[in-house]
Amino acid sequence: MNIVNFTPITAFTGGLIIGLAVILFFVFNGRLIGISGIASNFLTSKNNRMDNFLFLIGLIIGPIVYKFITQKEINISISNSLLLLAIAGLLVGAGTRISGGCTSGHGISGIGRFSLRSIVATVTFMIVGILTVLIKNII
Amino acid sequence: MSRIVSLISGIIFGVGLTISQMINPAKVLSFLNIFGNWDPSLAFVMIGALIISSPFFYLFKNNKKPVFADNFSYSNNKKLNKKLIIGSSLFGAGWGLAGLCPGPAIASLALLNTSSVIFIITMFVGFYLSNIYKTKKNS
Repeated sequence: MNIVNFTPITAFTGGLIIGLAVILFFVFNGRLIGISGIASNFLTSKNNRMDNFLFLIGLIIGPIVYKFITQKEINISISNSLLLLAIAGLLVGAGTRISGGCTSGHGISGIGRFSLRSIVATVTFMIVGILTVLIKNII
Repeated sequence: MSRIVSLISGIIFGVGLTISQMINPAKVLSFLNIFGNWDPSLAFVMIGALIISSPFFYLFKNNKKPVFADNFSYSNNKKLNKKLIIGSSLFGAGWGLAGLCPGPAIASLALLNTSSVIFIITMFVGFYLSNIYKTKKNS
């Protein structure tokens, strides 16, 4: 194990800001933020459709606001294998709906409420994620 | 009013994903690469988000009404079952393959990235398929 590119301060700051969004949505709208739930309900359910839509639009505006305020470029690096992306998307979409949550819904909103179900889900997807990267690196 | 809160929560969440670099799949993949060149930063996103949100979940636990809605609405599912493990495992595999989960994938649309578009399309197909499956099973 080698520790590289460690940026705990920006990660922690980003986490606090994400936590703030979770509180706002909870205290004002009475709902928990889980992006997979919000996105799939936007697709399949008429309940709160406008709220879900606006949340998702906000999510896309977020990086633009960041760029505007900090005047910094946002660098991301992402696979360009279309097949890999397509398979990953399918797994993430189906998996999060079967288990009822993703990194935000289980990992933050669920664990924040000390839900055992969410703790089990988070530990599971972390372990499988780590194993997947390990296997990918070996192949 | 709830709609304005939805939009603002989405924006704040998107800013948090950007500052923490959770939006960068390469960062996510090196977070999961604990047996190689490991970048543990993103653990601090979760710590930050939980430190700020869990006290509020606790404070509002008992029947107080949210500000702009009639009641708190979220799942109180406590079941630890096969579906939870299978779903989380599928999600973990997809997450480890591409380094994308639903929130960062949608936020990265702001960067006009074709790779995230492919991922999002198949993610929505995944939502849709598991929804059909659920509806069939329940009918």
